[in-house]
Amino acid sequence: MPRFHARVLISLRPSVLDPAGEAARSAANRLGVEGISKLRIGKVVDLELEADDEAEARKQLELLSDRLFANPVIEDWSLELQSVATTTA
Amino acid sequence: MSIGVVVFPGSNCDRDVRWAAQGCLDIPTRFLWHESRDLNGLDAVVLPGGFSYGDYLRCGAIARFAPVLESLVEFVARGGRVLGICNGFQVLTELGLLPGALTRNRSLHFICEDALLTVESNRTPWLKGHQRKDALTLPIAHGEGRYQCSDQTLCQLQDDDAIALRYVNNPNGSVADIAGITNKTGNVLGLMPHPERACDPVIGGVDGRGLLQSLLG
Repeated sequence: MPRFHARVLISLRPSVLDPAGEAARSAANRLGVEGISKLRIGKVVDLELEADDEAEARKQLELLSDRLFANPVIEDWSLELQSVATTTA
Repeated sequence: MSIGVVVFPGSNCDRDVRWAAQGCLDIPTRFLWHESRDLNGLDAVVLPGGFSYGDYLRCGAIARFAPVLESLVEFVARGGRVLGICNGFQVLTELGLLPGALTRNRSLHFICEDALLTVESNRTPWLKGHQRKDALTLPIAHGEGRYQCSDQTLCQLQDDDAIALRYVNNPNGSVADIAGITNKTGNVLGLMPHPERACDPVIGGVDGRGLLQSLLG
């Protein structure tokens, strides 16, 4: 069965305050890096899965992202998906 | 008449709830392991505070899939009373039994202190013994208690008279100072403060007694 590699990127929705991002931005200023107008901290879920085809893989990943990895009330997510070359024995 | 207290791996207020309910208030109490589906004979269920499943991913995100909660959803639909305290409140929002979500405190600090609250609604059994604007002091202890919801959800909460408790000095940045909400029906209450830690005068107050008594009242 084809294998796929996916990365789901999860971030707080723009309307939700990200105090950890604000703290990191303030540390960046103390490091001497000026001019950062936005710094938001999110999460990445890195996974591999098997599926019949890319459409099926995408469907599974959308379910996972919507129902488990992210909480749509406060978070947005985006998906990177690629197939993994399978070697035959 | 008896209540159940759900025990997830990582719960740490389950015993406190039993101590308060059974020890202080004489309410027969039994623990419900997270893998159990048996809620038979219970009049109310408490989801206690703690760090269910390590709070991996998000607070309450993994607990939401616990077998015991499948039974709990049916229990709520039948009108059973459910009280979610702290992590229990987070689980109820993840489960969709209450709207909104709880995320990291505005200050980033874990806050452990007494919080002054006002009763915003006495519509439901949980606070029917109070007048609106009554003051309560209950301990809070959380790092992720900032209640968040859309403007539309906030309007709905107000229309449904579902905001149960507000903070007087909003400690965590919650929308509209919200400390606790109910569902529209009124049989589910979620709150960040810990009523079970305010049931004995020896440890600093008894303002939590009414909320626990209303599990059966």
